[in-house]
Amino acid sequence: MVSYIIRRLIAAVLMLVVVSIVTFSIFFVIPRLAGVTTIDFASRYVGSKGASAETVAAIADKLGFNDPLVVQYGRWIKGIVLGAEYDTGASVEHCPAPCLGYSFITKTPVWPELLDRLPVTVSLAIGASIIWLIAGVATGVVSALRRGSFFDRAAMGVALAGVSLPIFFTGIICLVFFSYRFGITAPGGSYTAITENPGEWAYDLILPWITLAFLYAASYARLTRAGMLETMGEDYIRTARAKGLPESKVIVKHGLRGALTPILTIFGLDLGLLLGGAVLTESTFSLPGLGKYAVQAIQSNDLPKIMGVVLLVTLFVVLANLIVDLLYAVVDPRVRLG
Amino acid sequence: MSFLELKDLRIHFPTDDGLVRSVDGLSFSLERGRTLGIVGESGSGKSVTSLGILGLHKGGRARISGEIWLDGEELVGASQEHVRRLRGKKMAMIFQDPLSAMHPFYTVGDQIIEAYRIHNDVSKKVARKHAVDMLGRVGIPQPDRRVDSYPHEFSGGMRQRAMIAMALSCDPELLIADEPTTALDVTVQAQILDLMRDLQRDFDAALIIITHDLGVVAELSDDILVMYGGKCVEYGTSEDIFERPEHPYTWGLLGSMPRLDREPTERLLPIKGSPPSLINVPSGCAFHPRCVFEERTGGLAKVEVPELLESEGGHLVRCHLPAERRRAIWQKEVKPNLEAS
Amino acid sequence: MNEEPLLSVQGLEKHFPVTKGLLQRQVGAVRAVDGISFDVRKGETLGLVGESGCGKTTTGRLITRLIEPTGGKIVFAGHDVTHMSQGRLRPLRRDVQMIFQDPYSSLNPRHTVGAIVGAPFRIQGIKTEQGTKKAVQEILELVGLNPEHYNRYPHEFSGGQRQRIGIARTLALKPKLIIADEPVSALDVSIQAQVVNLLEDLQGELDLTYVVIAHDLSVVRHISDRVAVMYLGKIVEIADRKGLYESPMHPYTNALLSAVPIPDPKRRAGRERIRLQGDVPSPLNPPPACRFHTRCWKAQEVCRTVEPPLETLAPGHQVACHFPENVAGSLEGVLGGTASTGAVPAEAAPAPEGGALA
Repeated sequence: MVSYIIRRLIAAVLMLVVVSIVTFSIFFVIPRLAGVTTIDFASRYVGSKGASAETVAAIADKLGFNDPLVVQYGRWIKGIVLGAEYDTGASVEHCPAPCLGYSFITKTPVWPELLDRLPVTVSLAIGASIIWLIAGVATGVVSALRRGSFFDRAAMGVALAGVSLPIFFTGIICLVFFSYRFGITAPGGSYTAITENPGEWAYDLILPWITLAFLYAASYARLTRAGMLETMGEDYIRTARAKGLPESKVIVKHGLRGALTPILTIFGLDLGLLLGGAVLTESTFSLPGLGKYAVQAIQSNDLPKIMGVVLLVTLFVVLANLIVDLLYAVVDPRVRLG
Repeated sequence: MSFLELKDLRIHFPTDDGLVRSVDGLSFSLERGRTLGIVGESGSGKSVTSLGILGLHKGGRARISGEIWLDGEELVGASQEHVRRLRGKKMAMIFQDPLSAMHPFYTVGDQIIEAYRIHNDVSKKVARKHAVDMLGRVGIPQPDRRVDSYPHEFSGGMRQRAMIAMALSCDPELLIADEPTTALDVTVQAQILDLMRDLQRDFDAALIIITHDLGVVAELSDDILVMYGGKCVEYGTSEDIFERPEHPYTWGLLGSMPRLDREPTERLLPIKGSPPSLINVPSGCAFHPRCVFEERTGGLAKVEVPELLESEGGHLVRCHLPAERRRAIWQKEVKPNLEAS
Repeated sequence: MNEEPLLSVQGLEKHFPVTKGLLQRQVGAVRAVDGISFDVRKGETLGLVGESGCGKTTTGRLITRLIEPTGGKIVFAGHDVTHMSQGRLRPLRRDVQMIFQDPYSSLNPRHTVGAIVGAPFRIQGIKTEQGTKKAVQEILELVGLNPEHYNRYPHEFSGGQRQRIGIARTLALKPKLIIADEPVSALDVSIQAQVVNLLEDLQGELDLTYVVIAHDLSVVRHISDRVAVMYLGKIVEIADRKGLYESPMHPYTNALLSAVPIPDPKRRAGRERIRLQGDVPSPLNPPPACRFHTRCWKAQEVCRTVEPPLETLAPGHQVACHFPENVAGSLEGVLGGTASTGAVPAEAAPAPEGGALA
């Protein structure tokens, strides 16, 4: 078991290294391969569009865009670990560790801004994930047990709709009805920290939670249904019944436990991705989270910000995967051998 | 009344392709301390019978009729909850593949403890001690350590022993073993068969062995029931079945099987064709399309389902041919071919 | 007897590496097949028996070169094919065909019977005189299938018929050697006999040579001329059918034969049985020297330290054991008199000592 954990940890660290290289390449190498000059790149990076070529060339040189890629990568990593100084010639901008980038447009380091928005996204993701896990798995289980019934067909129909309807559609419909028509939920755009007022916090988030959960619950219901149909046909279910176990225990303790592993895997990935920002949901409900931040960064062409968000998302995904891997060993004892 | 008695048991499954008559009018009885072997090929209905007795035949769609009497109680009409309480306690089952029949995520001990605690109001500690005792009883070395192993950490033979321990944990009076050794190696199979024989003596349970392997049946059974197309075609003591078989299907099974205890014959004598689908069971005698002696019934086999009639001394046969004629055919035409010239 | 064998296997080995950790460090090897030698003469059937993990299936796959041997030599019809490249192997592939256990999974469900049986012609680029269809239909008829079923799909056939399709496929190119890996174990009893008879008929008609791999000792005895018994990657005994079944020399062979349930209730009481303890050990760390010593009731110190060589102890009868049984050519075998009536209660092998008796 210990060696399994150690191996998973090493794998996660290696994954982070690979991910950082890929991220670095996307932002710094691929533009070069595509023929973007360092001057163009620097002008975009610091957002100095009107400046003269000479000025920008100087900035590019100062920021080290002409150095070998390996050196640039090293400097970038060093910045994340130790902090960095950005010398544009005109000024020296300080970016404390962990420096995920420095926005020259808003003249701010990216990391504190991300930290600011993180609680919103985390609240959204965790709340929604709890709803969709419970709703999706429960629906899936009932559907599987009553395969072919009216409930099954109806639930799977709704699930199909949930998977295929885009969130800005369902979100806006929800807003129109529940907020504007009936006035029972927040109209969006507001966020209250849970530490300030938990009631208010939930009131502001309930609609985004449900909208987001609907999208995911749908696929979880389908996944759970398929998994349950498979495990309930396993021999060990027959054994459990042959022991005289009550049906409810057969379903939960033996059936669901067996069907849970694939759900766990997907859940880890989904949650990891969502923690990096539920872009559409946050935009639809105007929530000041990481997703919205990313959209704004893209709109204003603020490369360091985009990079910061991307890096954070990948970090979350890798972490979520690590946790899933560890949970796997708890759920399925056969994994511990591997 | 016998300890276990089935009367005209029918288990039918409606499907999109038609009605599957898995068990179609099966009757037999079994006493405590006796072993009944049920023999048949795939689709003969032998496994569904066993599941039916335990009330485990799948889904609400199955149609079950007839009577199952266990120790004076009728089970077909009993509530599901009542049958559930009997399952595992009064009647237990051993399955074919112990790897897939045990839950991979729970330890062997936990699974035995679970089985014990459903029917016995005891603490986990007591149940655990019982589980260790049972594992020792079925010949698992170091049971106090192995109790915490997972099924995948056991070898095939050990798993089947653990499965038996689980089935016997509540001291059942009826034990059904569905192909208990089919997934095992020969030398391990021999161990398990010995174990089952010893345990049955100790527990004095009624035992039903369901298998396609005539050798396994001969090793354990007092009585044998041969199933074909959802019906019993021949029933008798093991001597009846192996020495005086009267049904052409039983003859066919014996002729299909190479035997180690005899000089090898030049050729095997297979049954032509394949076992019938239970949706389209042939008209009349279900075996008639494969039967070599079918025309000797004067066309009767094609149109009329033969009755299961007593031949002599409790030996029952479902065949249109008269008993004397069957015995003559066995002695003169079939038996000589089964032995090397 | 002195003619060159069709297939000669010499010291054949297959070790599957077992790796561990991120660096895939090799920590051991599963010695699936660990130095086995045997010959198969033209026209005969060699049976290969043993329990799970004994390496019999791996042996079959090595002979057909579906997997690469780790060591040893395979000579087929005078050609050393051990490490022959796939290109050069191609003409020989026609001569060596394989029948698989599971008639359900070894046929592509989306191809018609005609396409399945005709595939070897196309793959090998062979033109037949009357066209592929005609040739395929002839083969279908040969294996007892209706030639008009040419355009049907595998799912329309029963298990036994599917195995016939599998056999038809191997026959398409008129092979010389057929490796049959558990050809009947997935089939119903009455169907098993049909397929066994078919294999025997085809052998006579087409002058085939078989290597039949199976765990069922009765089937192997029925079909084979000679039988090799494998245990943990080694051949422990090889002899002609009569010698092996009537006077087995290796204790393992004795135990195997004694373990087979006999369909005769009268024998149940009289039969003294050898019961091996425990399961077959893992081939990952097989016991040293004689691999059977951990379960053998005759094992002495020498069995734990010196590996017994496979020696000829009677004409055509080779055994790897320090303390073989039935050596004096005694016909008093494990199954007793094997009288045709089978009425004599069989006496088991020379009474094994204490512990191994159940």
